[in-house]
Amino acid sequence: MARPLINVPAKVKRGQAFEIKTLISHVMETGYRYTTVGARIPRDIVTFFSCSYNGEEIFRADLSPAISANPFITFFTVATESGTLEFKWVGDNGFSEIATATIVVE
Amino acid sequence: MDGRKRGATRRAVVIGGLAGGLAATLWVVPARATPEQMRAAIRNVVGTATVRQGRVELDVPPVVENGNTVSLVVTVDSPMSATDYVKAIHVFNEKNPQPNVISAHLGPRAGKAKISTRFRLADTQTVTAIAEMSDGTFWSATAEVIVTIAACVEEF
Repeated sequence: MARPLINVPAKVKRGQAFEIKTLISHVMETGYRYTTVGARIPRDIVTFFSCSYNGEEIFRADLSPAISANPFITFFTVATESGTLEFKWVGDNGFSEIATATIVVE
Repeated sequence: MDGRKRGATRRAVVIGGLAGGLAATLWVVPARATPEQMRAAIRNVVGTATVRQGRVELDVPPVVENGNTVSLVVTVDSPMSATDYVKAIHVFNEKNPQPNVISAHLGPRAGKAKISTRFRLADTQTVTAIAEMSDGTFWSATAEVIVTIAACVEEF
């Protein structure tokens, strides 16, 4: 089961840009590998990631098989209001995972 | 002269070896993207716009032991204001089975145009990062990475 890890600062000053670090456990099977008997291992990757801040999308990324197993993505956003950050991962074989983090803006 | 009739001659072995090597090369090559494919993938993103060098900082290690996890940091020089910001950061590679790595879409709310991730490299190659600005211009940076253990195509 995919387990997301989110790292955001607990408190941020209004107007300040802060870093968001995310990691989700996933094999990210490329689809270019073969077993020792020659069978192709089908692709199984996370293809899409997005983050919304109080309902408004602030970051999104399209991922490819070139992303390492357990995709780790970091990015920045400006602190506007206290509230929630919602993270979403979508992938092959109906993979979908949602995580949230709360942020306090002073 | 009896020796010639006994099994493989040296000439046959050499020719066989060359043919085998050639066959192996032909068989392996289609599994890899080429610099041409990378250029095509970049064209797909930038369209007819010209891509200029600069404003982008691509931070990858110059030598990696294991191509399965290579850290990647892209920083773009931009004020990130409401009218002048980075719209997207795209990363491409030359020699993985396919040329795309990541396409990250930012906006004026990002505050700082900096992303990082970890990616795979199948071979020693050049990595290209392209930033798409809000004014429609494209800026790029490239970096050469030497890989000692490749990713993506190994058996397990």
